[in-house]
Order: sequence, then C-alpha cells, then structure tokens
Amino acid sequence: MSIIGWTFLWVGITFSVYIGIAVWSRVSDTAGFYVAGQGIPAVANGMAVGADWMSAASFISMAGLVSFMGFDGSVYLMGWTGGYVLLAILLAPFLRKFGEYTVPDFVGKRYYSNTARVVAAVAAIFVSFTYVAGQMRGVGVVFSRFLEVSVTWGVIIGMCIVAVYAVLGGMKGVTWTQVAQYCVLIVAYLIPVFAIAYTLTGNPIPQIAIGEVLPRLDGLQQELGLGTYSGPFSNLSMLNVFCITVVLMTGTAGLPHVIVRFYTVKDVKSARWSAFWALLFIGLLYTAAPAVAMFSRFYILDSFAQVGATGMQELSWIQNWAQTGLIQTGQWSEGMSPEALLSTIDRDIIVLATPELANLSNWVVGLVAAGGLAAALSTASGLMIVISSSLAHDIYGEIINPQATDQRRLLVGRIAIFGGLIVAGVLGIYPPGFVAEVVAFAFGLAAASFFPILVLGIFWKRCNRQGAVWGLVTGLAFTFIMIVLMRAHVVVPGVQDPIIESFMGINAQGIGIVGMVLNFIVTYVVTKATPAPPQEVQDIVEQIRYPRTLSAEELREAAAEAG
Amino acid sequence: MADVPKPNIDRVTYWRKTIRRSLILLTVWFVVGYGMSIFLAEPLNAINFGGIPLGFWMAQQGSIFVFVALILIYVLSMQQLDREAGVEEVESELSPPPSSH
Repeated sequence: MSIIGWTFLWVGITFSVYIGIAVWSRVSDTAGFYVAGQGIPAVANGMAVGADWMSAASFISMAGLVSFMGFDGSVYLMGWTGGYVLLAILLAPFLRKFGEYTVPDFVGKRYYSNTARVVAAVAAIFVSFTYVAGQMRGVGVVFSRFLEVSVTWGVIIGMCIVAVYAVLGGMKGVTWTQVAQYCVLIVAYLIPVFAIAYTLTGNPIPQIAIGEVLPRLDGLQQELGLGTYSGPFSNLSMLNVFCITVVLMTGTAGLPHVIVRFYTVKDVKSARWSAFWALLFIGLLYTAAPAVAMFSRFYILDSFAQVGATGMQELSWIQNWAQTGLIQTGQWSEGMSPEALLSTIDRDIIVLATPELANLSNWVVGLVAAGGLAAALSTASGLMIVISSSLAHDIYGEIINPQATDQRRLLVGRIAIFGGLIVAGVLGIYPPGFVAEVVAFAFGLAAASFFPILVLGIFWKRCNRQGAVWGLVTGLAFTFIMIVLMRAHVVVPGVQDPIIESFMGINAQGIGIVGMVLNFIVTYVVTKATPAPPQEVQDIVEQIRYPRTLSAEELREAAAEAG
Repeated sequence: MADVPKPNIDRVTYWRKTIRRSLILLTVWFVVGYGMSIFLAEPLNAINFGGIPLGFWMAQQGSIFVFVALILIYVLSMQQLDREAGVEEVESELSPPPSSH
C-alpha cells in the first residue's frame, strides 16, 4: 500500500477514536466542562498533560531545530522539560488545593480584584492564540504533504475534529481524547527512532545508540569542514542559551493550558503525582528527539559525502519533499557546500521525512503523519479550553453576568470554543512566522506575566493587588514591545529590518527573562509601598499551603502567629 | 477529626520544611540544568561519557533524567512530610468540585 493509503488509514482510525471518545464523554455541567469534574486519575492526567504539552512544535519541529542547531538546540530540550520541576514544586499542588476553574480565577481571588481577573483572562487568551497559530500551521503541513490536500482544507478538517470533541465534551472530552492522542503520538514518534537506531548501530534504544552515532557524526562533520555537532554556542551565545532556557522553563510553568490540567485531578497528592507522570511521559519523547536530530543529520551528510548534491536529487525522499517546496532542490549544484545544502532544507520536515530517508515501510510514514496530527490537535484543544473558560467563565460568568445559570454558562462556553476555533483556523491558514518561533514567543509572554505573580501569590502572603497588577502589566508590556521591535521585519508589515537588534545581547526569544525580572521587582516594590492584603485573602494563602482543609480555628491561630 | 493521630510536627515547621526541601531540589535543578549543561558545558565536553562529550550529554539527555528524578523525590518526600504533620487529605473531606454559583 502507498504512503497516502496508509496515511488515510491511520488518520481515519485515530480520528474515529477521537470522535468516539467525544460522544462517550459528553458533559452537561460547567464543572465537567472546565475541570472534568475533578475526577481524572493521576496517570491519565500525566498522559493528558503530555499530549496537551507536546505540540506541533515538539513533535514536528523540535528535532529538526536541534538537528540544525547541534548543542545549542538543547535550549528546547531542557527548556521544555525543566519547567515541570518548577511547576511540580512551586505551583501545581497549591493551585490544585485552591481548586477553582481557571488561572484567572486564582489571580482574581488571590488579588481580590476583578481588574486583575480581567487582565489575567486577556493575557491567557492572548498567549493561547499566539500558541494555537503554530498548531494549526502544523496541521496544515501534515495534510499538505501526506494527504495531498491544500493547507486550507487541512486546517478546516482539523478544526472540525477539535470542534466536535471540545464543544461536546469540554475538558472531560478533551482530557480523554488527549490520553488517546498521547498514545498515538508517542508510538508514532518512537517506532521510527527505534528502527533507525537498530539499523545504524544494532541497538534499538535511541538513548544508547547515540553513543555510537555521535562520534561518527562529529567525524563526518570534520571531514566536510563543519564544526563539531556537540560543541556549544556556535549558533547562540552562552548568554542567549541561558536566557532562552530560563524563559522556556518559566514560561512552561506559567502557561495557563498546562496549569489548568492540574485542576482536573481529585486532590493535592494526585496533582503532585500528575506532574511526575507528565514529565516521565514527556521525557520519553524528549530524550529520543536528540537521537532523531543526530540520525537525520547523519543520513543527510552521509549521502552528501557519498554522492554529492546532484546524486542526492535522485533519492525518492528528496523528490517527494521537493514537490512540497520544503526542500529547494532548484538551488542545488555540483560542488555546493554542505552548509548551503542544509540551508535549502526546511527544518520542519526532519521528523516527518526521517522514516522515508531511512527507507522505513510506508505504514511507518503514515503513522508518523497521524502522530503529528495528534500532537497538534491535542494542544489546540487544550488551548481552546483556556480561551473558552477565560471568556465564558472569567469574563462573562464572573463579571458581565454573575447571575447566569449553569446551563447558560455552559452554552456560552461552547459558543466561545467555536468562535475561538474559527480565529485559530484563520491564524493557521495565514500563519504569522514559523511554528517554533511563534510558540517560543508565547513562552516569553507567559514567563513575564503569570509566573512571577503565581509564585509570589503562593509563597509571599504579603503580596497584594496593586503589586501584582502593576507587575503583570509591566512584564507583559515590556516583553511584547521588545519582541515586536526585534522581530519587526517579520511581524510589522512593510518593515525590512529589526528596529533593534537585541537588548544587551539578549534576543527576542530570551527577552522574557528581563520581563520576568521586571515583573518580580515591580510587584515587590509596589506591594511594599501599599497596604497588606485583607485577612480573608491571607487566609486563602494559608489554606492552599496544606493539602487538607484547615479549620477556622487553625486559620485564626496562623493569623495570630503572623501577628 | 478525632481519628487523626497527633502530628509529630506543627504546621509552621511543616511549611518551613517544605520550603527547605523545595530549595534543595531547586538548587540541584539549577546546578544540573544551568551549571553543568550550559556554563560548564565547554570544559565538561573534554570528558568522554560512553562516546559522547559529557557537557553535550548532560544538556541533551542527563538533565532530563535528573528533572524526572527530582519530581519523584519531591512527591515522595512531601507525602512523608504530610503524614508527619497530619496535613494529608482525608478521603471523606476531599474538597468537593467547585460549586457552580
């Protein structure tokens, strides 16, 4: 059977499973719609976090980026895993104990302010839309290569699938679909890696096989006059590697669609366990990705060393991808440099093309396509829940119409998901920039807005409304303006060059660290200059620090001790 | 709450210990993720670790294994601390799903 036949089969089977789950997990109240009735077991939630988290960028783009960046690609590997340590230790258990529906809920109650709630809701919507654009573009890439439909139709089909299970099942439907999507994406990612590791080294475990492949790759690089693959800081300065890693980690911990997943388990203990399971499941893919990066680079450079650019044009995988325009063979010539050759290959195709370039069977190629779709759709649906809950719960239900009945809130939530999907689809059809780049900016914004005020809200009882609002606004505004200035040639129409190159050597991806530090400083200074929060807010903070519910008497004791 | 045995430590001590354990784990997180994998990557690359320069291996493999281990240690050590301080959740008094207003 052909690649397209297998792809249709795998995509058909997996999409039917998602729809089946949607019908089975329909919900009829807002608790089910926003937090899945808080009945998700820790292991299942770990898988759902994994799928929610691992997006088109993780599945499709990341190994390609690492492959082209070598050591410096570690920013993505560490940045998108290390944040779970922060999440597990600083946020997840406490936010679960707080136990409402959304991140703006916490911000609004902890900072006793509807303004803070609205600012948080708007920031959540903004960050989520930035992020969802990348997912929809990923769906488009997979459809256009493997199913030979246009990107536009690919995006529309993806939107319809998400619409069915997110509108019907809300968080409950999304959670159980994500569990299925995690299984699809991890199998689809690992099967080809195992097969290639076995072919190259005789050992199928990629994490071990790299011990044999890396010396060969570094040797090949030197033979071709390239620097070593394992040498640090050839693409990014040490400062930028540091800043980007910090931004990706703290951004991970501050992304609303990841945090709300911890509201769906039954207690604090399960929230902690979910963080462990989540990182374990994510680590399975993230420790295999550097192997994909090395293997694919080795295959490409090895064929280049053997047959040269003209010889490579005869290879079937090159011809397949040349048709999509993602490898520009038109620029290839006899005697071109390996750097020039690599620059004509789009990074986003590495994972999708690896099974073909290693000559794996067609069924594997089709499975990888289904995995890429699972990764993109699961993240998109998690983001839709955040957008919907911010609009329907925080803005409509708490501010515009607090008297609304549960049925009415549910209806508004469903309409919000539907509307959000249409915007997401438009962003996917007319994508702003490259997948990983766009996603990386969402991290800078999350790091500079939510992370500081959430952590301070839990660990610093004295932290007050004035501090948090000003801190959040300062961090967000600074980061947003800096990104626009540094990426003006991409994001501002009609501008050819960046307006500023960098901020003290820090690039647009790493700038969130400065926004985050500003947020911490402004929050601290403004809090110190203004009165302490009311006693009932300090009681909330005392309450969320302990897994069991404290009695009124215990709270009075704590307040008396604090003096 | 009569069936809850008298805790070994009070809540103030519990919270102080929570902070201390968190800081220790975050220190390891920083030393491994930033110290060994970024700041010292270049010198560590001189050491061969099963065919791979150590700095590179830490940045692309080792750090992730350590992150998973850190969360596991946190979960287990907090469970033990919860028991000592008598603040673990009791099955019957789990916080109910938020009311729908």
